[in-house]
Amino acid sequence: MAVPSSSQTVGPFFSFALHHEHWNDLTAANPAGETIRIAGRVIDGDGAPVPDALVEIRQADAGGSYDDARFIGFGRCATDAEGRYSFTTIRPGRVPSALGLQAQHLAVQVFGRGLLRQLHTRMYFGDQPTENASDPLLMRVEDPARRETLIASRLPAANGVPEFHFDIVLQGKGETAFFEP
Amino acid sequence: MTTAFRAADPTQPPYDYPGYTSTIKRHPEQPLLAVPRELVEVPGVSCARGWAGPDITDLTAGGTGAPLGERIIVAGRVLDEDGRPVRRSLVEVWQANAAGRYIHEADQHRAPLDPNFRGDGRMLTDDEGAFRFLTIKPGAYPWRNSPNAWRPAHIHFSLFGSRNDSRLVTQMYFPGDPLLAYDPVVHSIADAAARERLVSRFDPDLTEEEWALGFRFDIVLRGHSATPMES
Repeated sequence: MAVPSSSQTVGPFFSFALHHEHWNDLTAANPAGETIRIAGRVIDGDGAPVPDALVEIRQADAGGSYDDARFIGFGRCATDAEGRYSFTTIRPGRVPSALGLQAQHLAVQVFGRGLLRQLHTRMYFGDQPTENASDPLLMRVEDPARRETLIASRLPAANGVPEFHFDIVLQGKGETAFFEP
Repeated sequence: MTTAFRAADPTQPPYDYPGYTSTIKRHPEQPLLAVPRELVEVPGVSCARGWAGPDITDLTAGGTGAPLGERIIVAGRVLDEDGRPVRRSLVEVWQANAAGRYIHEADQHRAPLDPNFRGDGRMLTDDEGAFRFLTIKPGAYPWRNSPNAWRPAHIHFSLFGSRNDSRLVTQMYFPGDPLLAYDPVVHSIADAAARERLVSRFDPDLTEEEWALGFRFDIVLRGHSATPMES
C-alpha cells in the first residue's frame, strides 16, 4: 500500500490557472433535466467574505447516475471579491446507496488560502423536505442546526430558472457542517 | 452526533495550524462529521472526454521569446494506493516565474513579471499514469505570514483520480532548498517522510544535455483504480 501524498494549500494565486470561464456552467451540452442556479458566498470566522476560495461541485445527472456522456457532473468556480460563487447546472436525481435512496444533493469541496486541505460538504435542496428527512447522510447529522447548514434555500425563480442559495461558512456562527476528508 | 474522533493522520496537514496564520479564521471549529463508507465512494471526474481542453506541457512557450530563468523538465507518475497508474486523469500545474512573481493580479511582490511566462499548464496522464512538462524553475518569494518569511520554491499541482475523494491539491518542492526547514506550510505535515515525498528529486536521466535539468515527482492519490475507463 502506498501512502497518499500530503495536501498543501491551493494558495492565493491559483485563479489564473484553475478558473476557467464556463466551468461553473454544467449545462453547456444540454443535459436532460431541470436547469437550476446555485449561488452563495464563502465566509470566514469574522463573517468576512473569502475572495480567494475555489468551490467545486460533483453531482449525478437527472437520473441519479454519475456515468453520463452528456453530463460531466463537475463544476468549478473561484469566488469573487465579495466571496461569491455561482453555478448553473441541472437538478441531480436521487442516487441509490446501500443505506437507502439519497435525497438530491451535490458534493462540494472548498479550497483556498488558509486551507491546507480542502473542506468537504454537501448541498441538499430546501424544496425536498420529505426526501431530506429520510436521506441516509442527513439523518446521521443529529444536531438540527448543523443539518440545516447543509440545505440550500430556494429563492424565487429568476428568468424561469429556480435559484438556490447556499452560503459556506468556514468557522463560527452558522458554521457549515463539514465532513471528514 | 455521528462524530468520530479519529486519530489525526500525521501524513496530512490539519485544518487548524496557527503557524500558517491564514488558517486561524478559516478552519472549522466544530468536529467534522463521519461519512458512512457506503456514501463516500462517488466516482471521480472522467477526463476521457476531453473536457479540460488541450494539453499545455510547455510552460516556456506562448510568449514572443524565451522566458528568463533556469529551464527544467518535471516528470512523474500519478499512482493509486495500490501503486497502480491513475490513467487519463487531469494534472493542473501553476507557479511563480524565475523571479518569484506570479502573473496573478493580487501578487504585489517587488519582482518583475516576465512577459514570456504565464506559469500555468495542464495535461492528462498517459496509460502509465505518467506526466511530463517543460518549465522554468520558480523563484522563492516573500509572504506576510510572519516577519521575513519566504516560501520555498514550489510548483502547485491539482489532481483528480478515480474517486471524488481522491481529489488532491499539493505543492512540489526542490531538493536542497534551505527554506524548506522554515516553511510552516511544509511543516504543517507532522510526518517527516511525508514531507520528504513532496520534495522532487533531481534525475540525471531526465536531464537533457545542453537543454534542461530534470526533476522527478511522483504522486499517490487516495483510492483504488478500477480497470481503465473506456472513453
